Amino acid sequence: MNNPQLNKHGELQHLLSTEGLPARILTDILDRAAGFVNVAERGEIKKVPLLHGKSVFNVFFENSTRTRTTFEIAAKRLSADVVNLNIGSSSTSKGETLLDTVDNLCAMHADMFVVRHAQSGAAHLIAKHVAPEISVINAGDGRHAHPTQALLDMFTIRHYKKEFHNLRIAIVGDVLHSRVARSQIHALTTLGVPEVRVIAPKTLLPTGVEKMGVRVFHDMVQGLRDVDVVMMLRLQNERMQGAALPSAQEYFKYYGLTQEKLALAKEDAIVMHPGPMNRGVEIDSSVADGSHSVILPQVTFGIAVRMAVMSTLAGAK
Amino acid sequence: MNIHIKNGRLIDPKNMVDSLQDIYIASGRIIATGKAPAGFSADKSIDATGLVVAPGLIDLAARLREPGYEYKATLESEMDAAVAGGITSLACPPDTDPPLDEPGLVEMLKHRARALNQAHVYPVGALTYGLKGAELTEMAELADAGCMAFSQADAALTDTRVLMRAMQYAATFDFGVWLRPQDSFLARNGVAHDGEVATRLGLPAIPVCAETIALATMLKLARETGVRLHIGRISSAEGVEMVREAKKQGLQLTCDVSMNHTHLSEMDIGYFDSNCHLIPPLRSQRDRAALRAGLLDGTIDAICSNHSPVDEDAKQLPFAEAEAGATGLELLLPLVLKWAGQEKIALSDAIAKVTVQPARILAVDAGHLTVGAAADICIFDPARYWKVEAAALKSQGKNTPFLGMELQGKVRYTLVNGQLVYQSE
Repeated sequence: MNNPQLNKHGELQHLLSTEGLPARILTDILDRAAGFVNVAERGEIKKVPLLHGKSVFNVFFENSTRTRTTFEIAAKRLSADVVNLNIGSSSTSKGETLLDTVDNLCAMHADMFVVRHAQSGAAHLIAKHVAPEISVINAGDGRHAHPTQALLDMFTIRHYKKEFHNLRIAIVGDVLHSRVARSQIHALTTLGVPEVRVIAPKTLLPTGVEKMGVRVFHDMVQGLRDVDVVMMLRLQNERMQGAALPSAQEYFKYYGLTQEKLALAKEDAIVMHPGPMNRGVEIDSSVADGSHSVILPQVTFGIAVRMAVMSTLAGAK
Repeated sequence: MNIHIKNGRLIDPKNMVDSLQDIYIASGRIIATGKAPAGFSADKSIDATGLVVAPGLIDLAARLREPGYEYKATLESEMDAAVAGGITSLACPPDTDPPLDEPGLVEMLKHRARALNQAHVYPVGALTYGLKGAELTEMAELADAGCMAFSQADAALTDTRVLMRAMQYAATFDFGVWLRPQDSFLARNGVAHDGEVATRLGLPAIPVCAETIALATMLKLARETGVRLHIGRISSAEGVEMVREAKKQGLQLTCDVSMNHTHLSEMDIGYFDSNCHLIPPLRSQRDRAALRAGLLDGTIDAICSNHSPVDEDAKQLPFAEAEAGATGLELLLPLVLKWAGQEKIALSDAIAKVTVQPARILAVDAGHLTVGAAADICIFDPARYWKVEAAALKSQGKNTPFLGMELQGKVRYTLVNGQLVYQSE
């Protein structure tokens, strides 16, 4: 089966998932992002003309502030025209289908769609539907994928750890419902991380997750031992209702990241979180704000990585 | 009209016939095979050289979408599709809108179908009012109106006391109860098999135990009540094994599988192909192998199309939101032939799964070519390839996982009660 993300020259046409992409494409994006970080740090010119004259439509069928904002900033720094649409779930109840909406936006001459949707596979559906000169970036689809988040995480890891091939990394929390975790796992295994662990109670792990190339732990004490990177996942409050967990308090006690548990990891371990954080549920404030935390740099790098993704896609045509 | 079908390869599994024989029809019935009866003169003769002459196919699960869902399909379109697929009898599940829970609705459906003068339509009545799983329907009245068996279709029946009562009541009249095993709590919100693919794609999953737990309940209650139980659309290896074991222990039990599940697995979902959003979900390759083994050893008696036409818009949605179901009437024969070819089994044994076996489950005298029987006949070219595409399908539903594929086996003539109701080049 052809990878729907690549064009016939093997270049990135859409970014829908980190799954099935060659390491070269991921590394190229990270390298390109590093260039943008340097430009920003020199503080001279924030804007580059790579997407000048292009229209980027941020189409969010599910609410998000941070992701949408970082995409908007990234597009503007590339000199693109940006249109933000918060569609929510209401337009579908008005009778307009997802693809109707997309057709309408195509008629407004969009060059690039940044799409978030509550259903897994929505970005694939849109990518299959649009004309070949349009690129689609998946900004999160259901539980499936959130590739730009995973890429900015990879950027952050590379920034602090330099290499991937000697790392032991733990992903902690609600893997079952997490698009971030799935995209992280694919990216980490593709980039050659030898040991990726997931730590969660059995109710928050999907069936057969080990087939994705991870080691499964149910206990933080064992799972965090000697890891280089701790990647926390957000726990949605509604998990307390579906019989997945008894209470936030119990979750925090056994799976929340505290200073004490973090001490089991390597001395120079970094702590990451895709945000927004639930302090006192999955992470203790002292860790979130502590010396191991790289949570705010993740956000900063997120802009450069999204610039890199957009400019890569713009160059693919 | 007197019809002479000549030079065809007659395959009649019930009578263990597989040889070159002519067949003679008069007054809607088969009056002879082999030699022409004395004084027979044909008004029409069909040259079946190179073709297979088989009993008309019997489909145990074909949704015609009437009443209530005419935007998905109409009786006219789907009855055309049935005979184009060589199907001469079909059982339709009660999940119409309103459901088939009142004699008037059943009579109307039978009447409309009869007027079209194509395949025989056998409605399966609702087991409970509105398929709500709470109150029993008037089964005896519904049977008088033409219902052949009773079912919940894909609706849940969570109250085990109601299920037991329904089985007891049906057993009183020796009515068949047809159920698809799925625990509605375990399956809640699920859209794909709880396995590798759903995990990778992040799709809400339906575990195998949703099938086996419901199946265990049904088997226990069937034993308790003595009802004639038919298990429809079995999907898992464990489920097949439970049916095998129950049959071994002498339970009066039959079982079918959908043609899609005979060929496909979760892997076919690929990148969210909504045509593979089916009920029950496509399971693992291991499950598919077990379904095939179950067909071979007779644990699974019949193959059905599980024809569920869906309108195009309802499929153009993200996988979980897309409506489940696929068109199937015109694919049943080629997919059964494909299965037979892959498993290297005799054509006659394969055809039995869509003729004599479903006839036995439906308790109708059909699915064979015995002298004296109604002339319901399917004549097909077993070698001819055709491409599955929207334009090639008469069904209003154009969605199937097999879209774009070349399939072997093309129906050339279909006869119902000795009348030619379909013919193709």
